[in-house]
Amino acid sequence: MSNIGFTAYLKRDLLLSYRRLGEAASPLMFFLLVSILIPLGVSPDPGRLAELAPGMIWVMALLATLLSTEGLFATDHQDGSLEQMLIAPQLLALPVLGKVTAHWLVTGLPLTMVSPLIGLMLSLPPVAMVPMMASLAVGTACLSLIGAVGAALTVSLRKGGLLLSILVIPLYIPVIIFGSAAVQTAVDGFNWLGPLAILAAMLCAAIALCPLAIAGALRLVSSN
Amino acid sequence: MASNRDWTWFYRLGSPRWFYETTGRWLPWLWTLTLLLLTAGLVWGLGYAPQDAKQGNSFRIIYLHVPVSFLALAGYYLMAIAGAIGLIWKMKLSYMVMKSAAPIGAALTFLALFTGAVWGKPTWGTYWVWDARITSMLILLFLYLGVLALQYAFHSQESGNKASAILALVGTVNIPIIYKSVDWWYTLHQPATIKLTSAPSMHIDMFQPLLMMIIALYCFYALALILFTRAEILQRERKAAWVCELALQADKDSAGEAEE
Repeated sequence: MSNIGFTAYLKRDLLLSYRRLGEAASPLMFFLLVSILIPLGVSPDPGRLAELAPGMIWVMALLATLLSTEGLFATDHQDGSLEQMLIAPQLLALPVLGKVTAHWLVTGLPLTMVSPLIGLMLSLPPVAMVPMMASLAVGTACLSLIGAVGAALTVSLRKGGLLLSILVIPLYIPVIIFGSAAVQTAVDGFNWLGPLAILAAMLCAAIALCPLAIAGALRLVSSN
Repeated sequence: MASNRDWTWFYRLGSPRWFYETTGRWLPWLWTLTLLLLTAGLVWGLGYAPQDAKQGNSFRIIYLHVPVSFLALAGYYLMAIAGAIGLIWKMKLSYMVMKSAAPIGAALTFLALFTGAVWGKPTWGTYWVWDARITSMLILLFLYLGVLALQYAFHSQESGNKASAILALVGTVNIPIIYKSVDWWYTLHQPATIKLTSAPSMHIDMFQPLLMMIIALYCFYALALILFTRAEILQRERKAAWVCELALQADKDSAGEAEE
């Protein structure tokens, strides 16, 4: 079984999130709460909200994912299970990919599921709902993978959270450009599959490369 | 055996002491060359190059803006390559070069943005526009700052080195993707009123001083990098015998001067 580490860590992390549902739900709550701030801060006018919605939904989803990435390896580092993962005989990239997949399943996927609700409240045109969900589903997976690199680099630092966002936000830029572009082109009535395909290509590259970088960064933590 | 000998220069390069002593011999020459080229290029560019037909004298900031932007970009790759060499061959010196390249690169990127803003005001009537190249430079600045911040976040030098080397490498993979996506984003949102890419082929009289300034800035970069790295070497190797000797010698010299 070459993928034994992958499924084991996927199951373990899903079970852990299930046991701490409140913690797992907080990115979602953040996403919903910030969306209240936009009409309050900008304007409740449906026309203006509709204009802002594609970009704002993506910015909020990005921040919600970013906030949750800090804990990706931190608890494992504190209770020592990270070291167990590091000394295990399998290729480290596979358990890492399992953990990141679990992270996406508990943050990115729920965000995608509730996004139509936010879209409705921000008067996003109905034609853009499916493109928004598709781009969020693919894009948040990219965000989880890239964010995990930052989380792995900062895992041994006591106040790594703020540093993590400084490291990771510049790397998030391509994802948000193509993610919000997919929604925007759908709003404008064009074919939105182009930006989505590029997003999917980024996801493929991230799946191939990020676990290696994460594994390298985690080994570094263990060596000091 | 021959192949073994061929590699010795590479390992010697990894010795901080060898680097310190060799660059010490280069420094006077490099200082002279840099100062000469910088002065000549600036005087030529600012004083003698012909005025631009449309922009008048304000175009002259190009003699600083373009070379600085060149080096801001090239510096990131140099930093990442130094980091990669450190990760692969575990060379102390290349980590020191990487650490020294980060603040220099960040300063050059800031200078590129600043000179661009100063140039933009008389030319386009605004300090800032969300143009593809300007936005990419801003992102580059944050990539540099991220590497710097990570370097200083760790208590242990070793972890800081490795972590920022990995981050620099991740950034290198991402830079082309970021550039391409920002370019694409800009063509979608391009404002029609401002045309930034109005770079017609330059007249040779304007181009020659620019070329000189580019070479001068490369020399300046080399000089700054060497000086930063030398300071870093002294700082990190302060417990090594040769550094102590150097310090004692310097002490003696200054005491001797005071007596005279």
